[in-house]
Amino acid sequence: MKNSKIIAIALVSVFTFSSCTNDDPIAVNEEEVITTVTTTLTAGSQTVTLISRDLDGDGPNAPVITVSGDLIVNTTYTGTVRFLNESVSPVDDITLEIKEEGDEHQLFFQAPAAIGAFTYTDADVNGKPIGLAFTLKTGTVAATGNIVVVLRHEPAKSAAGVATGDITNAGGATDAQITYSVQVK
Amino acid sequence: MQTKIYIVFCFCLFCTLSFAQNTVSGKITTLGGIPLSGSHIHIGKKTVSSDAAGNYVIKKLPVGNIKVFVSYVGYKSVDTLVNLSGDQVLNFTLKENADQLQEVVIRQKANTLNKSLLEQKIKTETIEKFSNQTLGDILKEVAGVSSLKTGSSVVKPVINGLFGSRVPVINNNVRLEDQEWGTEHAPNFDINAAGKITVIKGASGLQYGGDAVGGLVIIEPISVKRDTLFGKTILNLASNGRGGSVSTSLHKGNDKGWSWNALGTFKYSGDKEAPGYVLSNSGNREANFSGDVKFTGKKYDISGYYSLYNTTIGILSASHTGNVNDLYNSITNKIPSVVNDFTYTIKNPKQKVQHHLAKLNYNYYFDETASLAVQYSFQFNKRLEFDVRRGGFNDIAALDLELTTNAVNVDFKKTVHDWTLKTGFSTSFQNNFANPATGIKPLIPNFDRIEFGTYAIASYDLSDSFSVDAGLRYDFSRVDATKFYLKSRWEERGYATEFADFIVGEQGNQWLTKPSFTFHNISASAGFHKEFEADLNWYSNISLATRNPNPSEFFSDGLHHSTGIIELGDLVLDKEQAIKLSTTLQKKWNAFSVEVNPFINSIRNFMFLRPIDFETTTRGAFPVWEYQQTNARLAGVDVQTHWKISKQWQHDFTLAYVNGKDISNKESLIDIPPLNLSNKIQFLNREWHDLKLELKSEIVLRQNQFPDNNFIANIIKNNELVPVLVDISTPPPGYQLLHFYSEMRFKTFGKTNATIAFSVQNILNTTYRDYLNRQRFFADEMGRNFQIQLKFNY
Repeated sequence: MKNSKIIAIALVSVFTFSSCTNDDPIAVNEEEVITTVTTTLTAGSQTVTLISRDLDGDGPNAPVITVSGDLIVNTTYTGTVRFLNESVSPVDDITLEIKEEGDEHQLFFQAPAAIGAFTYTDADVNGKPIGLAFTLKTGTVAATGNIVVVLRHEPAKSAAGVATGDITNAGGATDAQITYSVQVK
Repeated sequence: MQTKIYIVFCFCLFCTLSFAQNTVSGKITTLGGIPLSGSHIHIGKKTVSSDAAGNYVIKKLPVGNIKVFVSYVGYKSVDTLVNLSGDQVLNFTLKENADQLQEVVIRQKANTLNKSLLEQKIKTETIEKFSNQTLGDILKEVAGVSSLKTGSSVVKPVINGLFGSRVPVINNNVRLEDQEWGTEHAPNFDINAAGKITVIKGASGLQYGGDAVGGLVIIEPISVKRDTLFGKTILNLASNGRGGSVSTSLHKGNDKGWSWNALGTFKYSGDKEAPGYVLSNSGNREANFSGDVKFTGKKYDISGYYSLYNTTIGILSASHTGNVNDLYNSITNKIPSVVNDFTYTIKNPKQKVQHHLAKLNYNYYFDETASLAVQYSFQFNKRLEFDVRRGGFNDIAALDLELTTNAVNVDFKKTVHDWTLKTGFSTSFQNNFANPATGIKPLIPNFDRIEFGTYAIASYDLSDSFSVDAGLRYDFSRVDATKFYLKSRWEERGYATEFADFIVGEQGNQWLTKPSFTFHNISASAGFHKEFEADLNWYSNISLATRNPNPSEFFSDGLHHSTGIIELGDLVLDKEQAIKLSTTLQKKWNAFSVEVNPFINSIRNFMFLRPIDFETTTRGAFPVWEYQQTNARLAGVDVQTHWKISKQWQHDFTLAYVNGKDISNKESLIDIPPLNLSNKIQFLNREWHDLKLELKSEIVLRQNQFPDNNFIANIIKNNELVPVLVDISTPPPGYQLLHFYSEMRFKTFGKTNATIAFSVQNILNTTYRDYLNRQRFFADEMGRNFQIQLKFNY
């Protein structure tokens, strides 16, 4: 008698606790994902845009990289970088967040000397560069090579060389790393 | 001459046989001559109950002195020694028991039935020593058990080379459902709540499940059968981490009526320190409670239990990597990328885990030989993992899972003559809810799981020195998941044709799918235990375990930040089946004993992660590892010896070796513990306040058997991308550690006493890394640690 009572209580409680069924879930809104990195280089009337777009985020498809044109030798370009999340609607501009938290972020530009040299033209609250704005002085002879744009989160901004764009001692975690193949003519 | 010998031999054999055929019979009555039916008679190793007329018969008893125990509820038990030389009639008259408190009503063994597999036990005394540590740390005391760690606070037990879903943990008769599939998830259990821990290195604990491919860890709480009230407080202070713990428990024991236990534990630690630097963000907190109330009646008992495990664990800052470039830098630089000053603050990345366990038990004792146990349990596991994220997202968990499990277990146990039978069934309903508010695709999707299992185990004593046991279990399991797949991932996985039925909807670039799987599994165990003359014992067991793919093996789909790899589950995975053969030889001399346990575990469809490719994302290129199945074989040996050198000195030695092979691919298996040896020498003097001094040496050799999963990645060096080899395979060198432990006990007032212990871990402050630590790419292990422990019993 007692046994059956206990079993009954147990079973009733099982069904009570587990009766909370879940409805169809909502797809996660991945607000942090950077899908698109656009680097714009402007000199006079010429604008070269370098775009990396990866609409499936961490999915298997590789980013699609487009470079709108060639760079001209011995020219100083004014550069900007924009980070977008195009997987959400409306599109989220992550550039603003990076700017707001400038002291926790830094962009690094890597390219062979023949392509050119980069100089930061912006600064965070501590006077350290962020890298959303920069200049590129292209090389003096024609060359081809890669420009690698890296966004680091929580880098050691005071470490040796970091403020002038050397990534060696930067540490931190990489949020974006894009390789654009360019030609200087 | 020949014939003479033969006749003598036959005669001897006949004698032996006839001696083994002794039969004892008799009648159990009250003083007034009323027969006591259902009384319990235990002679030697055999147990029977008396029939309606109070009569009993026990056959096949050996010759010589034999223990006789007769009991009946409400009557004084008879406990005596009888010299048996032939068939005998033994009648017993039981006196009514006036003194209720001295009566022993319930004699129930909570452990498993298997006699063919030597269980390894850890006693309360040892558990108390590890009060400030974790379950995974203490289990390393058993030969053949090592640990898989993430930093110093997340420790998972590894039994004979296997861990995670292959090693279920049973806490107080409830299977812990704490998302054990993740390598960064430690068992959600407060070590202070354990009274006894048993390790079964095989799948023979069939009443707990049929999927223990590696083994089982069974934890039993402290239970007091005598009528007393006592308390215990353990205080720990540790130099490394600059923290400590306090654990207090109160136990009200009773053999009849009400009894209860209550326990509270609080742990607090800041950053741990390696010999050369601070392991930044490695602090942890724990606040646990557990308690139970039990009422014991004449033939039954009923109890309620609740426990809460609540922890916050900091994950080493340096182990958060964004891409392969960061991982390569860590491996090559050999120093953590982030080292800050010591702090108690825990930042991201961190884990916050809560585990609630509530249960109701009802045990009914038909008589001394038969009992029924009914249990309902409820578990709620909430896991929050915080990652290093941009701005506002830092306070939002990157992973937010709620796992709810309801289970009912019914077990029946009966002892008849030379037989012990145990049978029962269990059923459980489990729901996992992955909160979408994280803003990150969850690693584990929402799912519902229904399980049903039934088993029967029997053990039979063929003779006084030879027993056999066998068991069989059937399990049904059904999983219904709901998961969003990126359409590109669905294609890449090749699900488009095979699993098209699972698709139920579409949102943007994702498919909404409802994968559903049903499994019918059989598991079994059989074995024997033979006792030879002169304290030589031979145990042999063969077990078949069947394990279904866990949610992470089915559904993993994303980037792992601490390893810099993309992990992919696979819906095509089938169950894995292991046949483990284990044998133990145990020999005891007067002062020396040795136990040798070789084993071989052959696993069909063994699930493991294997590197297959690279995928490029905005963050750069990542190696992709997917769950695959292969045929694996693990073989090894565990050895332990105990030597009582003198009254005061003793020595303990353990050795564990396991070799893991992927038979199909002709490779070594990953994450197999290397050969390890431990030597402990102990000095004990009972006259000097029970002074105990211990020196322990732990030697872990380098693992030379490992698969080559190294890969080439393009990283930035001197402003350009250069290909480099990322060595994620080579195990770190071997190491030796020395530990010291000492304690003294003092009488305080009356029956109360206090123990003071001082210990040093890693005396030489050795710098080392462990192959089975997920953070071995990023930082050294903990350095020297001084610890003081105060223990009060009152």
